[in-house]
Amino acid sequence: MRNRHAIVYWTTFGVVVALLAVAPLVLPEFWRRFLTEILIWGLLAMSSDILIGYTGIVSFGHSAFFGLGMYGAAAALITMRPPSLWLALPYGLVAAAAVAAFVAYFSTRLRDIYFAITTLIFSQIFYVVIFTWTEVTGGENGLTFSRPPLAIPGLFSVPFTSTTLHWFVLAVVVISYLILRRITQSPFGMVLQSIRENEARTRAVGYPTERYKIVAVMLSGLFAGLAGVLYAIQNRFAAPDFVFFLVSGEVVIFNVIGGIGTLVGPIVGAAFFLLLRETLSRFFTEFYLIPVGVIFIAMVIFMPQGLLGFARRWLNR
Amino acid sequence: MEFLHAVPYEQLLIQTINGIVTGMILALVASGLTLIFGIMDVVNFAHGELFMLGAYVGVLILAATGSFWVALVAAMLLIALLGAVLHVTTLRPLLGRDPLTTILATFGISLVLQNYALWQFGPVARKISEPFTGQFTLFYIQYPWYRLLIALLSAGIIAALYLFLKFGTYGIWIRATTQDRVMAQAMGIPVPWVLTAVFAIGSGMAAASGVLFGPLVGVNHAMGLDWVLKAFIVVVVGGMGNLGGSILAAIFISLLEAYAALFVAPSQAVIVSFIVLILTLLFRPTGLFVPTPK
Repeated sequence: MRNRHAIVYWTTFGVVVALLAVAPLVLPEFWRRFLTEILIWGLLAMSSDILIGYTGIVSFGHSAFFGLGMYGAAAALITMRPPSLWLALPYGLVAAAAVAAFVAYFSTRLRDIYFAITTLIFSQIFYVVIFTWTEVTGGENGLTFSRPPLAIPGLFSVPFTSTTLHWFVLAVVVISYLILRRITQSPFGMVLQSIRENEARTRAVGYPTERYKIVAVMLSGLFAGLAGVLYAIQNRFAAPDFVFFLVSGEVVIFNVIGGIGTLVGPIVGAAFFLLLRETLSRFFTEFYLIPVGVIFIAMVIFMPQGLLGFARRWLNR
Repeated sequence: MEFLHAVPYEQLLIQTINGIVTGMILALVASGLTLIFGIMDVVNFAHGELFMLGAYVGVLILAATGSFWVALVAAMLLIALLGAVLHVTTLRPLLGRDPLTTILATFGISLVLQNYALWQFGPVARKISEPFTGQFTLFYIQYPWYRLLIALLSAGIIAALYLFLKFGTYGIWIRATTQDRVMAQAMGIPVPWVLTAVFAIGSGMAAASGVLFGPLVGVNHAMGLDWVLKAFIVVVVGGMGNLGGSILAAIFISLLEAYAALFVAPSQAVIVSFIVLILTLLFRPTGLFVPTPK
């Protein structure tokens, strides 16, 4: 039984990844970019799923981790000559991890709703700091920089095309998925899931739940920062808008639409949301959030499992 | 303490009054939020949007009738009605589910309402004119009476809420529902409708603060965001679900921000409230203004 599941699972996995890898070769430029963007937002949403779906705590502060990843990458790409991809990544990750450690330390003291609100307020702290500290962050205008080449030091160095960028992003997202999947199935992940089911009992059994939650938030923030670095590389700018809490709200929406606790669900949710936005903004122009909001409320009420919720058990086996 | 002497005491006094005035409005917003949270376990993300819509309804009715007071009362009633409708359609189906789902639902509501306001009223800020323009001299500046009136009215509305909860029949129903929902139901209290009424009252209070605050700043579609964030800070610092605590916290934080504005730009003074929040979480995560739990 177990074997058959593994075969079906990895075949599906391989087919989906192969389709995503081939897609930029057949899609026109606009949709190629769009698909890359879906993957990046999907990675951000997936990082948040560690908290929402597996630990049972909703973070409304992921924009801070995402944004700091962006600004960290920006710092590396602006100050270092020549701009290097392999410097942007650690800079962004360190920035996001530092923020995540800070947020995790304070917000995990609170539970449930209180956690959601404090993460939200913390992300706003970083928003205000970035928005007002004009000399360093560029304030409202943000920072622009050039895209680093795709390079392995000593081997080769080519500028990114939209296709190679897509493959690079796809590789990062797939690797992140595999790591996160492994983590959720590890003993550590099991403790997180038992915190979700019953925190008091988990503590009573002897696990220091606060410490587990801090690590979970940091882990989640690290991957959110990774998504931020990718977004910075794709769009060649960092702006305070991406630190604003509405981005965090969208991340939660991706999760709920796609199905929490599945890891791939949030990517599907991001794809669904972005496609919906693309379609609806043709009819509703910038007011597309009205129908999106209505659909979201309806899904919270009538379809709390999300689009992939039916496959949750299968995906986590 | 050198820098303290640089600030004349008149400025300190003016900022104290300013702080108390904004603190009272913030207390009005936050007490609606606390009421909804304490009684219903619902974190109302849409509270800022109800505040904003209240201000808009105030603008429209003021333009139609010319009376500020009619606008204030009508905005309260209309937004309370809207709150009741929102509760029945979106929050009641979520009764008994994880409280976190209510955050999601109200977040959806806030998206819809905010973009509706942008669509309906456009991005240009509207202005509510003050009901009276009298001023008095406070040291070297002319201070409008209206600001003091806001503080008094806010205090009056909060006091009315308190008396209603304490002595009114329906107030007693509400408190009974908070204490034990199942038992209240068994005693014949229509719990779902009590919850709807609470949401409506909270919405009405948000609308009232929106109309009262409208004359001080322009009314625009994004005005709710700032306030709801501040109100969340207040609610956490004051102790979730604790009415008295949030009022004290609202005044405390507004005063600190007003004093901070003497030294730094107002946009950076916000950071003071964040610092208060961090310190509260560090040393008293149950809230600053609640008795120490035994």
